[in-house]
Amino acid sequence: MPMKDNEKYLEGRYEIQGRDFVDAGLVSSRIKKSLKAMGVAEDVIRRVAVLTFEAEVNIISYATQGTISYYVLPDTIIIEAIDVGPGIIDIEQAMQEGFSTADDSIREMGFGAGMGLANIKRSSDLFEITSEPGKGTCVKCTLMIKGRVQSEET
Amino acid sequence: MTLAEIRDLLDAKMVMGEEKLHMEIHTAFGADLMSDVLAFARSGCLLITGLSNVQAVRTAYALDIAAIVICRGKALNDKFVETARELGIPILWTPFIMFETCGRLYREGLTGCVKEIVVEDIRSAHEG
Repeated sequence: MPMKDNEKYLEGRYEIQGRDFVDAGLVSSRIKKSLKAMGVAEDVIRRVAVLTFEAEVNIISYATQGTISYYVLPDTIIIEAIDVGPGIIDIEQAMQEGFSTADDSIREMGFGAGMGLANIKRSSDLFEITSEPGKGTCVKCTLMIKGRVQSEET
Repeated sequence: MTLAEIRDLLDAKMVMGEEKLHMEIHTAFGADLMSDVLAFARSGCLLITGLSNVQAVRTAYALDIAAIVICRGKALNDKFVETARELGIPILWTPFIMFETCGRLYREGLTGCVKEIVVEDIRSAHEG
């Protein structure tokens, strides 16, 4: 089926529960599988998988609950991670590599090095973060796919 | 070097992925902290880690890491093996500590997928 500019042709949303450490990384794996099935370029998939993983670990580690949504458009992929939780008081500080408020349960899982937000930003072409202390945090990442998604036209 | 050669050098047990024993691997990354693997490792490398949980497998999958070596003889649970099978990630298991594991492979020609961390290069790590 021919696609018009900016027409959305794949999207999905996953609910994530805070402190659900066992499932950390599951959403990243699932989104990666979906993008692979669509034929998205491997380097773009890798960046999406990495930033989704980091966003997922952040929600599990710090928030009460959250959602990760992805939208595949003809030229871009948008990932939105929105959570209900304590929020971030000082975003600039939280963005610094090595700054972390992780507890032992996060570190035992292999995370909490304070690399997460910086790595999300680096993996994105466009990165936006807003947070309201006491309410939650919203991260929006945009990746350019340079028209390398295989057409669904038959 | 092939996965079979890596297995022999490490007196390792092939837990998963017998069918990929002839796969060629040229580089490696060693860490127990998946935060650092996600930030610095590159696709196609061998991941050497003592973290034998399901997050290590999912991290490897996210980055298209070729295979995982679990070092220090860490116990593997069913969920770990099941996830590795589902995501198609070969798993080797060795009693050697990480230093010994890395040393044996480096001596035989395997090199780091990155040599040092240059902050500006991290972005390109995901494009390589």
